[in-house]
Amino acid sequence: MVYAAVWMPIAALAGFLVLLTFGRRIGEPIAGWIGTIAITAAFVVSIVAWIGLLHQSDREVTQNLFNWIPIGGVQVKAALLIDPLSVTMCLFVTGVSALIHLYSIGYMHKERDFTKFYVYLNLFVFSMLVLVLANNLLLTFVGWEGVGVCSYWLVSFYFEKDSAASAGKKAFIYNRIGDVGMLIAIFIFVTHLHTLDYLQINSVAGAHLSSTDLTIAVLALLLAATGKSAQIPLFNWLPDAMEGPTPVSALIHAATMVTAGVYLLCRMNHVLAFSGSGRATIAVIGGVTAFVAATIATSQSDIKKVLAFSTVSQIGYMVLAVGSGAYIAAIFLMVCHAFYKGLLFLGAGSVIHGLHGEQELDRMGGLRKLMAWTYATFLVAWLTISGVPPFSAFFSKGDVLKGAYEYSKPLWALGVVTALLTAYYMSRLFYLAFTGDPRFLEATADGRPALHEPHESPWVMRIPLLVLAVFAAAGGLLGTPLTNFLTPVFAGNLPIPLSHGTQIALEVLDAVIAVGGIAIAWVLWRGRSERPSLTPRFLFRVWYWDDAYDAVIGRPGTELANFSAETIDPKVIDGAVMGIATLVRRTSLQARKLQSGYVRSYALLMTVGVVLFIAYLLARTF
Amino acid sequence: MTIPASWYLVLSVLLFGIGATGFLIRRNVLVMFMCIELMLNSANLAFVTFSRVLDDVGGQATVFFVLVVAAAEVTVGLGIVVSIFRRRNSAIVDDVHEMKG
Repeated sequence: MVYAAVWMPIAALAGFLVLLTFGRRIGEPIAGWIGTIAITAAFVVSIVAWIGLLHQSDREVTQNLFNWIPIGGVQVKAALLIDPLSVTMCLFVTGVSALIHLYSIGYMHKERDFTKFYVYLNLFVFSMLVLVLANNLLLTFVGWEGVGVCSYWLVSFYFEKDSAASAGKKAFIYNRIGDVGMLIAIFIFVTHLHTLDYLQINSVAGAHLSSTDLTIAVLALLLAATGKSAQIPLFNWLPDAMEGPTPVSALIHAATMVTAGVYLLCRMNHVLAFSGSGRATIAVIGGVTAFVAATIATSQSDIKKVLAFSTVSQIGYMVLAVGSGAYIAAIFLMVCHAFYKGLLFLGAGSVIHGLHGEQELDRMGGLRKLMAWTYATFLVAWLTISGVPPFSAFFSKGDVLKGAYEYSKPLWALGVVTALLTAYYMSRLFYLAFTGDPRFLEATADGRPALHEPHESPWVMRIPLLVLAVFAAAGGLLGTPLTNFLTPVFAGNLPIPLSHGTQIALEVLDAVIAVGGIAIAWVLWRGRSERPSLTPRFLFRVWYWDDAYDAVIGRPGTELANFSAETIDPKVIDGAVMGIATLVRRTSLQARKLQSGYVRSYALLMTVGVVLFIAYLLARTF
Repeated sequence: MTIPASWYLVLSVLLFGIGATGFLIRRNVLVMFMCIELMLNSANLAFVTFSRVLDDVGGQATVFFVLVVAAAEVTVGLGIVVSIFRRRNSAIVDDVHEMKG
């Protein structure tokens, strides 16, 4: 039963191929249903594989497909590694994907490129499954790049818009920078260990790698993770990636792809264990990213931007957990986050859909009565992400904070402040969107027209909302079984649990923080649509992070390019080429005078030549 | 009394000199052709002379080859000369310098 796993990527790939070949002829909405069915099939298969794994004692199954790259001492196989970690990933990836595929049938209704959307989406799920199921770094890299390119296509889905096209490029380039890290790690493992197989790397890394190499490898993996998972210093692409359709934001840029970096770090946990400084760097990056992104999220005016920075912040928590050694907490939060952040994005999508594309929070308000289903599910998501017990994030974020508490008190404190900010900015978003007066009914002073009353979304969009709401609320129940299931993967690298008293104290603190954040937002934002003093420009402009990159890299780069175009190209390169041409022309202008066309001058030259030749011969003889 | 070989060689050199000078200073194509023939035959004379002196028949054999080649060359050359003459009504080489670089 475990070996059914291979049918997961095959199902997604089949959906992709069918839609690629016949998509245009099939059209809307059948193409959407085909895509959804393919992914649902993958989900069913993942359940089968999961049950299969539960029924056997050996929890690490390698399924060889074929010998992929046999070069000398390095044998890279196309093989799947089916273990608790990969199966957990597959379950939530395919599950959430299936729901979002279903949702998109409603959301993408009457879009021009409806079938193309599903082509990309199915290819994305295929790539993600390859990434997760691969048994070696190189095959993971194939999936890694696959999800990257799908992300690029989907971010710039509305490529007629300049902003969407450049956001796609930005996402792609930031990810490429991260990929350099992944490649460096691959090079280190190939050079020193002659293998890329996860199980082998994990078993021999400590013995065969020097501590410097280990630290470099861990930092390289961290660079890869910061690119894919949008962490400092490469997080800027994720907010811009919100240019894509909202289901894409939910699926790729919240629930699945952006967690790939965290997955990679968890996968390499036995390597991480050998580098204390590497892990400390990971923890600090995660903690700081969580905090910085949360502060930015408090001041954004676009509903999707708030959620994007919230995603960056939540992934920061996961990275912090990885650095702290609380790997299971990271995965637990990843699963719960997929539920509630997917739900938040789908809810936001439902709002945007209802408001005909309006995304600004100051144009919403009062949606509570108009979109009851969306309101109810969004309420659950809001309470969940804020960390209110007994919803899932209370447990999963609590686990992360416990891990951080044990690892480093300052990072834990940063995490708690971030939790307060999280509750605050989500509440702000919720109040602005769903309570108060419906501000979209009136035209604004700066000329934005009044909108019609929104309509509730169709049932294909409501069902995913409902299912995700149930999982977001009840996801906390997964905690203990998930811990038992995953422990063998991280055996020996997990922290010792805190004492019972400390745990309870931390949990109470988390709950108080969550309610406190909601209360602060209630006091500050109830019945208001703007408070400029609380949304300072510094935060709105993302700590001037993009401006700094622009000043340090962008503008000097542009100047260098201009200098090359205006000086080096015309003067140096053209100069060399034209110089050679001029030289040849001048020489030949002189040389052509020799060819006078008069036979006598040729004859004279020949005679002179012969005479000189004979003179030379004679001079040599005597 | 036999004529010494050096006399033949001197004659050969004289003939070659006359031919070369004539080729360089005359403008009439036909005369130039004759000068070429003169040079070729001076070479033939030298070949035969050395053939006798060295008692080697190879030199004489070469002469036959030179004669054949000269005949062929004259055939082609005269053909060109006739066609040029038809076009321009003259056989002065300096008039034909279209191949100037």
